Amino acid sequence: MEERELLGLSAVELGRAIRERKTTAVQAVEAVLAQIMRTEALYHCYVTVDREGALQRAESVQKRIDTGELTDPLAGVPVALKDNLCTEGMLTTCASEMLGNFVPTYSAEAVRKLEASGAVVVGKTNMDEFAMGSTTETSAYGATRNPHNADHVPGGSSGGSAAAVAAAECFFALGSDTGGSVRQPASHCGVVGMKPTYGTVSRYGLIAYASSMDQIGPLTKNVEDCAAVLEVIASHDPKDSTSVKRGDTDFTAALKRDVRGLRIGLPKDYFGEGLDASVREAVLKAAELLRCAGALVEEFDLSLVEYAVPAYYTIASAEASSNLERFDGVKYGRRAGDAENLRQMYRRSRAQGFGAEVKRRIMLGSFVLSAGYYDAYYLRALKVKAMIREAFDRAFARYDCILGPVAPTTAPRIGESLANPMKMYLGDIYTISANLAGLPGISIPCGKDGRGLPIGLQFTGDCFQEKKLIRAAYTCEQLLREGR
Amino acid sequence: MTDRVGDETVEYVSALAQLELSEEEKAAAGRDMGRMLDYIGKLNELDTTGVQPMFHVLPMQNVFREDVVTNEDGNAAALQNAPEKQDGMFAAPKSFD
Repeated sequence: MEERELLGLSAVELGRAIRERKTTAVQAVEAVLAQIMRTEALYHCYVTVDREGALQRAESVQKRIDTGELTDPLAGVPVALKDNLCTEGMLTTCASEMLGNFVPTYSAEAVRKLEASGAVVVGKTNMDEFAMGSTTETSAYGATRNPHNADHVPGGSSGGSAAAVAAAECFFALGSDTGGSVRQPASHCGVVGMKPTYGTVSRYGLIAYASSMDQIGPLTKNVEDCAAVLEVIASHDPKDSTSVKRGDTDFTAALKRDVRGLRIGLPKDYFGEGLDASVREAVLKAAELLRCAGALVEEFDLSLVEYAVPAYYTIASAEASSNLERFDGVKYGRRAGDAENLRQMYRRSRAQGFGAEVKRRIMLGSFVLSAGYYDAYYLRALKVKAMIREAFDRAFARYDCILGPVAPTTAPRIGESLANPMKMYLGDIYTISANLAGLPGISIPCGKDGRGLPIGLQFTGDCFQEKKLIRAAYTCEQLLREGR
Repeated sequence: MTDRVGDETVEYVSALAQLELSEEEKAAAGRDMGRMLDYIGKLNELDTTGVQPMFHVLPMQNVFREDVVTNEDGNAAALQNAPEKQDGMFAAPKSFD
């Protein structure tokens, strides 16, 4: 198969082409590596590309496909992994100086599941440092550029993964989503991104940011791929005590083009001031297509929307300050060489290893958890979290899913966001509530703005309702394609 | 709420966070924290009387297993990324006594 045609395939199509002997795992990896040679210098999607390892893995996978041992849909398909997912024997940095030399001795469970089904890991993608950011600019290894317009960011924190999919530097990728970090870069890069219900994908081996909200999710070229990937990585894992036992992880069964009778709610608060006109137009146009296809689309008051971002940053910072305590220069990662005693070593290793945004959130988190402030800040935020969840419960009593934008704007220009962190935080407004409430959400492309930058829309569902979301997203994807 | 957090608080928090900050960083931290805390203060607008704090989104219980060793000796693996090791242990500078 010719390389250009190969690179244009979706993950599922490639898996099928490999099974039908139209191409091989090795050819697929070679095509991806050739693409990386062409575009990586500009886009910088990856922190680590494991060229030799990927080719070896592809060969061994192809042998197992040939003998009939591997029959999974994604066998032989090259995948990129966000660099906060532990990969045995492969550098895992979280885009931080702190872990610049860290090579895990085990792989994350989600990675193990992908490899067991024959996916071929190509490398580790760039991200905001320790997943803290919305533009991939806080990476200690340089920014990633948006393949649709290289002067713009890819979004974050899974910006490298989203850009790698958009640039055909892999066939699909994994990211992690704590406040929108899979869905928002998907939107900015014109690809599909999904955050499953909390507990659906094991967090074992995902280097933690905010443990009560982190979830691993797929970044893919289309909804079918997204469902296929989620089906592989979803599992109940005894090694993650927040992992949930689910009986309904056959997500590809939901790939049906049918939204008749589907009740879709549009939160009025999501479409008010601050939303870019072109984003509003694109999302509402898609809503209209869904309505014409038989869905019941209606505006409603979600309420508490303006409290989601402050609640999130309180909780996420608090949890991050706790999770990042382990980076102390003792067991792994960077150790300051000039410390006179243990305490100084801790303080200096961390000062040298962490970037500004990470320090900012650790400081805030330490404060809100400290004696005398814990009740006023952290506990209060957890109460607001409960109230937000209740607001969604009320919404899902009336609607099957909620439709809205993913971000208030398309991708900002590189260099514009970090000067105003507060403004950047507010950009998380549409994605963050799903993390607070543990809800699944999927972002799909729905148009472009006047500068050719992608616009995404998001379906959010009640806990464990991924199948409804997949059906809505799949149908919407088809409608948008036909509507063009 | 004040729009700037005081020096003493910044010192206290940096000690909790185990971060050695330069003078500029301390000044910036005071401003950044002040701004964030001001913004987070918005949550005070809500009446949270009677609301239970939500620690977990799903009803979760502690997960237990039998206290039986199921893995092999992980000593070598655990030390693989150690900046300094000695006799099968992590080596680190002395702490103050």
